[in-house]
Amino acid sequence: MSKKKGQPGPLSLYVPEPECRPGDHPDFSEMLIPKAGEARKPPVDVDPMEIPDLAYSVIRVLNKKGEAVGPWAGELDDEQLVEGLRHMMTLRAFDARMQMAQRQGKTSFYMQALGEEAVACAFRMAMQPGDMNFPTYRQQGLLIASGYPIETMMNQIYSNERDPVKGRQLPVMYASQEHGYFTISGNLATQFIQAVGWAMGSAIKGDAKIAAGWIGEGSTAENDFHSALVFASTYKPPVVLNVVNNQWAISTFQGIARGNAATFASRGLGFGLPSLRVDGNDYLAVFAVAKWAIERARKNLGPTLIEFVTYRAGAHSTSDDPTGYRPKDESSTWPLGDPIDRLKQHLILKGKWSEERHTQAKAQIESEILQAQKEAEKHGTLHNGPHVPAGTMFEDVYKEPPIHLIRQRQEAGI
Amino acid sequence: MARMTMIEAIRSAMDVAMEKDPNVVVFGEDAGYFGGVFRCTQGLQKKYGSQRCFDAPISESGIIGAAIGMAVYGLRPCVEIQFADYVYPGYDQLASEASRIRYRSAGEFTVPMTVRMPTGGGIFGGQTHSQSPEALFAHVSGLKTVIPSNPYDAKGLLIASIEDDDPVMFLEPKRLYNGPFDGHHDRPVTPWKKHELGEVPEGHYTVPLGKAAIRREGGDVTVLAYGTMVHVALTAAEETGVDAEIIDLRTILPLDLEAIEASVRKTGRCVIVVEATKTCGFSAELMAVVMEGCFHHLEAPVIRVTGWDTPYPHAHEWDYFPGPKRVGAALKKVMEQA
Repeated sequence: MSKKKGQPGPLSLYVPEPECRPGDHPDFSEMLIPKAGEARKPPVDVDPMEIPDLAYSVIRVLNKKGEAVGPWAGELDDEQLVEGLRHMMTLRAFDARMQMAQRQGKTSFYMQALGEEAVACAFRMAMQPGDMNFPTYRQQGLLIASGYPIETMMNQIYSNERDPVKGRQLPVMYASQEHGYFTISGNLATQFIQAVGWAMGSAIKGDAKIAAGWIGEGSTAENDFHSALVFASTYKPPVVLNVVNNQWAISTFQGIARGNAATFASRGLGFGLPSLRVDGNDYLAVFAVAKWAIERARKNLGPTLIEFVTYRAGAHSTSDDPTGYRPKDESSTWPLGDPIDRLKQHLILKGKWSEERHTQAKAQIESEILQAQKEAEKHGTLHNGPHVPAGTMFEDVYKEPPIHLIRQRQEAGI
Repeated sequence: MARMTMIEAIRSAMDVAMEKDPNVVVFGEDAGYFGGVFRCTQGLQKKYGSQRCFDAPISESGIIGAAIGMAVYGLRPCVEIQFADYVYPGYDQLASEASRIRYRSAGEFTVPMTVRMPTGGGIFGGQTHSQSPEALFAHVSGLKTVIPSNPYDAKGLLIASIEDDDPVMFLEPKRLYNGPFDGHHDRPVTPWKKHELGEVPEGHYTVPLGKAAIRREGGDVTVLAYGTMVHVALTAAEETGVDAEIIDLRTILPLDLEAIEASVRKTGRCVIVVEATKTCGFSAELMAVVMEGCFHHLEAPVIRVTGWDTPYPHAHEWDYFPGPKRVGAALKKVMEQA
């Protein structure tokens, strides 16, 4: 039955569908991609009502040639850019190693950040010690860019005897107060409102620390996203609210959470929040926008909502196979490119990097990671152990174990 | 010592806690300027300023989620959910988050947060202002659940909850706010000022979490109760002449297993009186505790008196509420059985 719009009945339900499915030729021609350097850069104390356009555009710095252009360029010196490249390369190599470790049966599960390394790595560089992230499971780049030991990350992934969270959490659910990385939930979106609460605490105490909340585009549909925006809008605490739009929530394309309307960034406009959309595969753009929002937060000017437009080049997790729901070559045709390739090209263009140095650096990073892996495996893997003693599972439920847990531990005999 | 209603005692607890520790903050729906629909936070904003006591949007997941973030930051939030019946939008933040943050991070992050909420029936609140959802909290590992039965305990337990380093659910039986209620709804209301537990110190003190209190010593039967039902049970014992030992659990998690076991082993009989619905309610847990710990001391089957397994009705409130008549009948029945 043909559906005639504007005519009475019969009614039909609209269910959004992605442009392409397996077997189709990937097509991103409908995607709005402004030229690098085109988006304006407002002052940090801008009235959010004056910049609604930035919620629909894409802030980009690196152009096709690899040049940094426009008002958001020039925030990082060459040394910092090389460091950023190393962070992203480390993250990618780490992910590859851990993906393989899972396949080898050394742990139960793994989640890569393949293709979206710039988002967490560059954002972290704009933060200060004492600031706090409330991440999702795909922001391990925050830890790597803050110098958290790779071996400790592996100990967590292996749930071995040196696992800082004592074998209680799935792989990648890290936690570090010192490195500003709040314990990962594994439930989605709950951390977003917690980030707002943490920032409210900082404001109540007259502190100078800021929080960053992280969420995937798919889980912006959860109520916690909306309560976070309400509380952010009401109390204006020092928080940066980051939506990582990597296009896919497991097999569900972003249009299911968003509807085929507006952008995720534009969700912030009704709350009076400055809402920026940024090229998430552009290290320089991510850093510049992060710096702008963090400065705004620290100056008591309130929260910012940022949508990072990126692409999940890998599977959702080791339990997922994307060939079942999207074209195989979709990631290679992603129009915003690869974050590592783009920063590498920029540095080469500036004469600060070369193919040779890149190859050397890659080999060196891979060897460091292999070394860390060997070290971590000396302290156990998931199935072969050793783990922390089993009796510790009764600890930390409460600060002090109540009588029922003491009795249960006695019953368990551990 | 002062004479206080339960509302005044709860307010005094927050006042004392806020005075003592600048990290204590209070917020909730209508809890700021106005002082809450039951007036428990009245005057706190005026005294401590709007940075420490403020109104919240109508978003329970937001209130609890934000409080978790504040607690992780280092504050000690004490938030109000307007009615226990409204807590469900925030339940994910309790069951999946607050309760597990210490555990899942191996102590790296903790949540010293108190969530207050009026609970129970007896005020013609219908199905959305009368529920007793304590079992939903007690079932979650990592939460503590407290239900006071009088002003003295309410203040001491609330201060202890705020000072506790773990998340505490603090359920306030709203029918007890202004006086002890024995279940005889057709009789005049007794005010707290005539009750010895309406005498409350003005300053700081605590009542420890996880410790039950014996409200009436007796040798015939142990009655396990908390909140409003403590008063109903006391009245039923008096009216039937059964020499009941009435235990006010005060905290249902952690549960004072030793106090329960000692009393039931002594009396050999047990009646459990809980206002909430029966199936999978906390009364079921209490019965299991008695069976596991005291079976060989029992002289009669344990009896439960609870709310019926229906939504809380409006017009038929007093047919639903487990009043002294039903409790009295249970006491007699448990004494008749060999």
